[in-house]
Amino acid sequence: MSQNFIYLCYDILQYLVNGLAQGSIYALVALGYTMVYGIIKLINFAHGEFYMIGAFIGLYLVSLKLPLYLVFPLAMISSGLIAVIVERLVYKPIRYAGKIPALITALGASLFFQFGGQLVIGADSKSFELPYQDKTYILGEVSVTSTQLIIMGVTFFLMLFLWWLVKHTKIGKAMRATSFNRDAAELMGINTDMIISFTFFLGASLAGAAGVLVGMYTNTVNPLMGMIPGLKAFIAAVLGGIGIIPGAVLGGLVLGVAENLVVGLWVSTYRDAVAFAILILILLFKPSGLLGRPTGEKV
Amino acid sequence: MSLIKMLPKNLFIALTLTICGPSFSQVNDKEILVGTVFPMTGGIATYGQESMNGINLALKKINHEGVKGHIIKLINEDNKSEAIETANAVRKLAHIDKVIAILGSVASSHTLAGAPIAQEAKVPLLTPASTNEEVTKKGDYIARTCFTDGFQGEVMAKFAKENLKKMKAAIIVEASSDYSKGLAKVFRESFTKMGGTVIAEEYSYQSGDTDFRTLLRKLSRSKPEVIFLPGYYEEAGLILNQARSMDITAPFLGTDGWDSPKLQEKAGEKGIVGNYMSSHFSAEDTDTLVSNFVKEYEAAYKQKPGAMAALGYDGIMVIADSLKRAKTLTRSDLQKAIVTTKNYKGITGNITLDKFRNAKKSAVVLETTPHGNEFKFKVSP
Amino acid sequence: MSGFFDYLIPLLSNVGIFIILALGLNLINGICGQFSLGHAGFWAVGAYAAGAYGLYFAPEIPNFINLFISCLVGMITSALFGLAIGIPCLRLRGDYLAIATLGFGEIIRIVIMNTDKLGGPRGMTNIPHWTNIFWVYAWVILFIFIIVNFLKGPHGRAMISVREDEIASESMGINTFKYKTMAVVIGAAMAGVAGALFAHGQQFLHPNNFTFMWSVIILLMIILGGLGSVTGAILGAIILTILPELLRFMGTTIAEWRMVIYSLLLIALMLWRPSGILGKREINLLGLFKKGKT
Repeated sequence: MSQNFIYLCYDILQYLVNGLAQGSIYALVALGYTMVYGIIKLINFAHGEFYMIGAFIGLYLVSLKLPLYLVFPLAMISSGLIAVIVERLVYKPIRYAGKIPALITALGASLFFQFGGQLVIGADSKSFELPYQDKTYILGEVSVTSTQLIIMGVTFFLMLFLWWLVKHTKIGKAMRATSFNRDAAELMGINTDMIISFTFFLGASLAGAAGVLVGMYTNTVNPLMGMIPGLKAFIAAVLGGIGIIPGAVLGGLVLGVAENLVVGLWVSTYRDAVAFAILILILLFKPSGLLGRPTGEKV
Repeated sequence: MSLIKMLPKNLFIALTLTICGPSFSQVNDKEILVGTVFPMTGGIATYGQESMNGINLALKKINHEGVKGHIIKLINEDNKSEAIETANAVRKLAHIDKVIAILGSVASSHTLAGAPIAQEAKVPLLTPASTNEEVTKKGDYIARTCFTDGFQGEVMAKFAKENLKKMKAAIIVEASSDYSKGLAKVFRESFTKMGGTVIAEEYSYQSGDTDFRTLLRKLSRSKPEVIFLPGYYEEAGLILNQARSMDITAPFLGTDGWDSPKLQEKAGEKGIVGNYMSSHFSAEDTDTLVSNFVKEYEAAYKQKPGAMAALGYDGIMVIADSLKRAKTLTRSDLQKAIVTTKNYKGITGNITLDKFRNAKKSAVVLETTPHGNEFKFKVSP
Repeated sequence: MSGFFDYLIPLLSNVGIFIILALGLNLINGICGQFSLGHAGFWAVGAYAAGAYGLYFAPEIPNFINLFISCLVGMITSALFGLAIGIPCLRLRGDYLAIATLGFGEIIRIVIMNTDKLGGPRGMTNIPHWTNIFWVYAWVILFIFIIVNFLKGPHGRAMISVREDEIASESMGINTFKYKTMAVVIGAAMAGVAGALFAHGQQFLHPNNFTFMWSVIILLMIILGGLGSVTGAILGAIILTILPELLRFMGTTIAEWRMVIYSLLLIALMLWRPSGILGKREINLLGLFKKGKT
């Protein structure tokens, strides 16, 4: 009995480790959601697609035998640039048309990348070859692989970088100002169009990094891979409080751990249903999220 | 080119509601129309594309000789990996193109949607690859040239017990797939009947999952000696990969859903070693019929044929053979000829249809290695 | 020529079913302004409820009576789901509501997938074939009349006011929550009937017939026709059901591009004609809509 209990504790610790790795990826994608929402109040449905694009660019760069420290920045910059192109071509003209048309446009962009990707790259998945030998470190009965460590490390580093960027640089200050009140920011001489594009760039490049990480973690990438993690990341962003940067990280980690606990202790069947149920519960009982403050509706 | 030429006529066909409207019998009298319905786009497009490769290869051969002085012309429809689209495609083939028979589809859930329509229109529908038991129960016009899930599950249970001499098995199923669930049930029954034990809990994953570490950790607690994993190559490959990297050394047993070169790619060098699967055919089979097919296929498509290609090839060959045996070139005579197919020597084995219109034929057991699947032996029913 | 009709008539039945779905979603999205992305979920509930009735409970009575009962079963079950989902979710606004309904739609599908009685991943087979084109269009006409008359009445006006400005209509004394719930329940009920007609027409249901993608396609129908326009919804449903079949006649290369074309269509509509083909206007057919216009 007690032996079983010890096993269970080890297993739960293992699920936590797996959940943190998964959750880090959600957190990176959720950051982009939350920043874009914070600045233009748009649920960027296509955000998951930048994660997919990042993964494919990463796959291509890794197959060119580039070292990882070059793969990450290049994949991030390219998915960021694609996001900026989409933003300029599609989102910018529709920015003042209201929430629903913007949401529908984002949905259209998302479908375009998913199905366009299927036609261009093919519907079947591609395998991601790890550029290094994956090692497993064992502590007691809990194991951590080097890929999991890289995922958590890269995520932590990128979050620190983002925090520094938003809090301690001029462009970060301009982002915060634009998010707070776009018109006032414009009057203060901030080029808000540029800031919005930059926010898209930043968000999509984080998603791109998450795409490369998940490619390394699961060894597979395909054109539809962005859809479910995109929704999950949105759930994470809402869970933490949409528009709040630490909230996205917290939401991502909580969701990742929760999913792995559902699979480990219950059945995988209801994993996605649990994620959606979390979303609906949080929307009903604390729509501002775990870290958010309630806001009233204005006319 | 043909697109522009076809456009006005087809628009006309589709748009006019006139009773005496366009004539559909403009086809060459020397052509026999056969419809195909395969997933050419969407989730399982690779199966459809491979099947069509096999079919087109066979077609060249058939039309070289001709069938009763006619040639077979295919009308190919894409079901977009969706059940509704399969029904629509079957309806179009049966009523608009007036094909004599329909070949398709791959996934049982798709074929199940098309079968009642074919039955109602009295068009013979032959599926080369849908292994679910339900499919041929839809009526006497529905038949298949592959074995059913029941047979495959039994073969693997027997293999685990008698060849590998394992006593304790675990099962991982894809919860969103009937194929996987059905096989799991058969395996569980036959393995326990033979005296083995199957761990009560069913471990499950969803189609499209990519991270199985938590599931495998849970599974490894029950210390199975062998793991039955009836699923598709995509997830199965990833499971093998992650299991071996977690030091789960028990052999995994798979079924024909594994049969794709992609399995090797997904599982990686380390993950692929020491697992077994059942399938319809092996490219390494020494039978001359098979090796000739493999040679021709490689010449045409620059790759090794998978099971789907072989099944597609045999499917259209059985239709051609039945057309030769049919009294007249009508749907009802063709149906009679198809259901009486006996000992047709196909590359996936000798095909004989039983009274439930299911093919009784051999399965092969393959060992997965990094260089491809190695042929172990053939199991006859 | 009978073959051509054997192909055309089921296709026209499908058009009718999608008209009902589009009309229902139009009531929720277009007329009441509540953005829902879970319509396929209501459709699935109606289809499975009707399928279950046909399989397990149907007595030996003439088909058309059975079909009618089955439609009622689908309608009521779906309406109850609409109520159960609407009451909590309608407290949310705009984009949040969209995501919550999307979540519910997916949960419904996952639950069906794991319910053995409903066929699970095997799908529900052998559903009796009761639907014919006559009854499909009888329902279509019934719903058109109900909606057109509803919109002319005080409830319809109140519903439109909720769309135009929720806070203003609340301060005018309109119980906005009641009207939002009413819209979702009626929309869901219509989707339930569409589901029943679909189940008894296809004779086979599979959870994957009711994915999020179908919610998007139904949404595209009403956006294409013009959000809020009844004839627009009908027009959109006709175009988007016939179009893929026409593409089938143009060879597979074009059909492969179907979803890409749809996605570009969504974006292009939003950029250049966000109000759809008809906007909020209606087409007058045979004076059907004339009476109310004074």
